[in-house]
Amino acid sequence: MKLRVDIMLKEGVLDPQGKAIGHALGTLGFKGVGEVRVGKTIELEVAETDSAKATAQAKAMAEKLLANQVIEDFRVSVI
Amino acid sequence: MQVAVIVFPGSNCDRDAAVALERALGKKPLMLWHADTELPKLDLVVLPGGFSYGDYLRTGAMAAHSPIMREVVARAAKGMKVLGICNGFQVLCESQLLPGILLRNRSLKFVCRSVTLRVENNNNDFTRQYQQGQELSLPVAHGDGCYFAEPDTLKQIEDRGQVAFRYIDNPNGASRDIAGIFNEKGNVLGMMPHPERAAETLHGSTDGVALFASVVKALA
Repeated sequence: MKLRVDIMLKEGVLDPQGKAIGHALGTLGFKGVGEVRVGKTIELEVAETDSAKATAQAKAMAEKLLANQVIEDFRVSVI
Repeated sequence: MQVAVIVFPGSNCDRDAAVALERALGKKPLMLWHADTELPKLDLVVLPGGFSYGDYLRTGAMAAHSPIMREVVARAAKGMKVLGICNGFQVLCESQLLPGILLRNRSLKFVCRSVTLRVENNNNDFTRQYQQGQELSLPVAHGDGCYFAEPDTLKQIEDRGQVAFRYIDNPNGASRDIAGIFNEKGNVLGMMPHPERAAETLHGSTDGVALFASVVKALA
């Protein structure tokens, strides 16, 4: 089974990379671009076939390694 | 007294740290590979600067889960001293030996120059040979040195005197100009500036010497 873990910086954590991208979009002539935030997506393949169990497994992986919960939130979805 | 430097794939300040330690100690420290699972009896472990595991995922994140770090975390809980410099500081945060995390520099630029720091707490085995409030010139070389922690955590570390060093001229946007912090018990120190690169006259500064001398003296 394949899962996707989306990781985003928490509200309030400064994202200078997002700011730089927003600035570049403005320079390219894209009008009205507000806040830009950059995250990451990790796709995982697991042997587990039950989607609830696989989701729980991916959640444990995110808590332990994939995300740092001091600064990041994550969301697990089955692909 | 037994001292070790841990070498991760991608460490690049391990030998500089070893030289600075050898001068303070009078003998060579052990060099331990990240995949080792058993630590000999040690009084001090140094996690050096560099780009462990190519900074994959987050700086220090992969190293924090390497086999040797499990043992370092367990020993630190029993009072063994741990010093993390630059990438070593990032590893200490990711392994939760220290609170908070190091984010990308606010400027998005890699900063490589000497900075001025102030000693915020010299009542610790790592900093005792400095004067309280003394200004030091140490080099920094990092892209992810912006210290961040939740407001409650920041207040806690300030109240408990866990801030070891503060930048006079903040090079990376770190919260409250924090350049280095202790853990609550004071046996773990993480710092972004490089004391091992300010350890002899030819380095341009010898302000890092007192840090190694302090901890070696405390352990003697």
